[in-house]
Amino acid sequence: MGLGILWESVPRFLDGTLVTIEITALSVLIGLCLAVPLALMRVSKNPLLWMPVYGFIFYFRGTPLLVQIFLIYYGSGQFQEILSQIGLWTLFREAFFCAVLSLTLNTAAYTAEILRGAIQGVSWGEIEAARACGMSGGLLYRRIILPKAFRIAWPAYTNEVVFLLQASSLVSIITLMDITGVARVLAARTFAFYEFFIFAALLYLVLVYGVIWVFKKIEYRISGHLRGAPVKASTPAG
Amino acid sequence: MFRVGPGGPPGSAHTKDGRESLLIDLKGYGSLLLDGAQLTVLVGLISMLIAMLLGLVGSWGKLSKSRIARTAANLYTTVIRGIPELVLILLVYYGVPTLIQDISSAAGMEVIIDINPFVAGVATIGFIYGAFATEVFRGAYLAVPNGQMEAARSMGMSAALTFRRITLPQMWRFALPGLGNVWMVLIKATALISVIQLPELMRNADTGARATRMPFTFYFTASLIYLAITIASMIFQQRAEAWASRGVRRA
Repeated sequence: MGLGILWESVPRFLDGTLVTIEITALSVLIGLCLAVPLALMRVSKNPLLWMPVYGFIFYFRGTPLLVQIFLIYYGSGQFQEILSQIGLWTLFREAFFCAVLSLTLNTAAYTAEILRGAIQGVSWGEIEAARACGMSGGLLYRRIILPKAFRIAWPAYTNEVVFLLQASSLVSIITLMDITGVARVLAARTFAFYEFFIFAALLYLVLVYGVIWVFKKIEYRISGHLRGAPVKASTPAG
Repeated sequence: MFRVGPGGPPGSAHTKDGRESLLIDLKGYGSLLLDGAQLTVLVGLISMLIAMLLGLVGSWGKLSKSRIARTAANLYTTVIRGIPELVLILLVYYGVPTLIQDISSAAGMEVIIDINPFVAGVATIGFIYGAFATEVFRGAYLAVPNGQMEAARSMGMSAALTFRRITLPQMWRFALPGLGNVWMVLIKATALISVIQLPELMRNADTGARATRMPFTFYFTASLIYLAITIASMIFQQRAEAWASRGVRRA
C-alpha cells in the first residue's frame, strides 16, 4: 500500500486542486458573461440574431467536450501561419488558454440554453404589469425579466457548474496539471494507480459537494419570497 | 502494463476508398473515421443497456423498504455523480488490475490481469450513467398513479406480474425523456474512452490528424459525425416518445 507516497504527494495535489478551481472559476465567470447576451439573442425574433446563436448552442451541446478541446488546442496548429500573422499564436500555443477557451465556449452554450428556458419561463403577467408601469426594452429586462430568470435558472445552473467542474478534468489530456493531471503523472511514475486515482476522486467529491452546498445556500437566499413567512416562536398577544 | 493499443499504424487497412472527399479531403482516412463511428455507436448502445439495467436495480434499491438497499443505492448515485468520468475510466483501466494484483499477491498468489479497453470503457460508462438512469427510473416509477397498481393487485396479479404488465409499460412513457437525455450525454462521454486507446471515433480522428498533420480537419469532421449521431438520436427519441404515449389522449 502506498499511503506513504500518497502523503508525500499532498502538496502536488493541492497545486492541482488550485489549477482545477482556477480553470473552472475562470470558465464559469467568462461563460456566464457570454451566456447572458447569447440567451437574449436566442429569444429575439430577429432571425439574424437567433439563428447564429442557435447554431452555436447546437454545435457545442451536440459534440463531446474532448473534441472541442482538441479542435482548439491541436486544431489551431493547422492555422499557425495565419494565427501568427494576427498575433494570436502565442495565445493558442498555451494549453491553459485553449483549455479555458474551450470550457468557456462549452459552458456558455449550455448556460445560454438554460437561461433561454428561464427567460421564457418568466410569467407573462409580470411582464404585462411592468409594461403597464411604463417599463420597456432594456429596463424591463434589467429590472424584471433577468432577475426572475436567474432565480428560475439557478438549480439548473448549479448542475451546469458541477458538470463543468468535473469536465475540467479533461484539461489533463492537453498536459495541464490539474487534479487529474497530477494523479496521472504520479501514477505513471510510481505505478500506484488505484491509490492516486482514488485520492483524486475523493478530492473531486469534496469539491463537487462543496460547490453544491454553496449554491444551495445562495438558492435559499434568493428564494426568500417563495418561502412561507417564518413562524415566530411566540405570537404577540393582540 | 500499458497497452499500445490498436488504432495504428494507419494507412495499412484503410487506404484510399475513393468514396470520400465530398467537401473535406481526408486523404484516404475517411473509412477509418466511419469505422470509429461504428464502434462509438456500439460502445454507446452496450453502455446504455448496462446503464438501464443498473438504473432499474438502483431505482428498486432507492424505493425499497430495506434500509441496506436504500443506503447502497443512495451511496452509488451520490458517489458516482461527484466524480469525473475520466477519473473513473482511468481508475478502472489502470487501477483495478493493479488493485487485484496487490490483493492477490498479499494472499500469496500471482495474478496478472490486463483489462481490455473495450470492456473497461463500456463497464465504466455503463456504471456511471447507471446512476443517472437510477434517478430517471425512480421518478418514472413514482409518476405512475398508485391506483393502477392497486387495481392490478385487486385483480389478483402478483407483485411481479403487476410490475411487468402494469407498472413497467407505463413507466416507459415517463422515463423516455430522461433516458433520452442520459443517452445524449452518454454517447458524447464515450469519446473519453479514446484516452485508453480504444479505436473509436475520437481515437481514429486522432490517428488521422497525426498522420496527415491536419488536426483541425479531422477533429472537425469527427465533431460533425457526433453531431449527426445526436440529430439521429433526437429524431429517434421523438418517435419513441410518440410510441410510448400512444395510449394517452391528446387534446
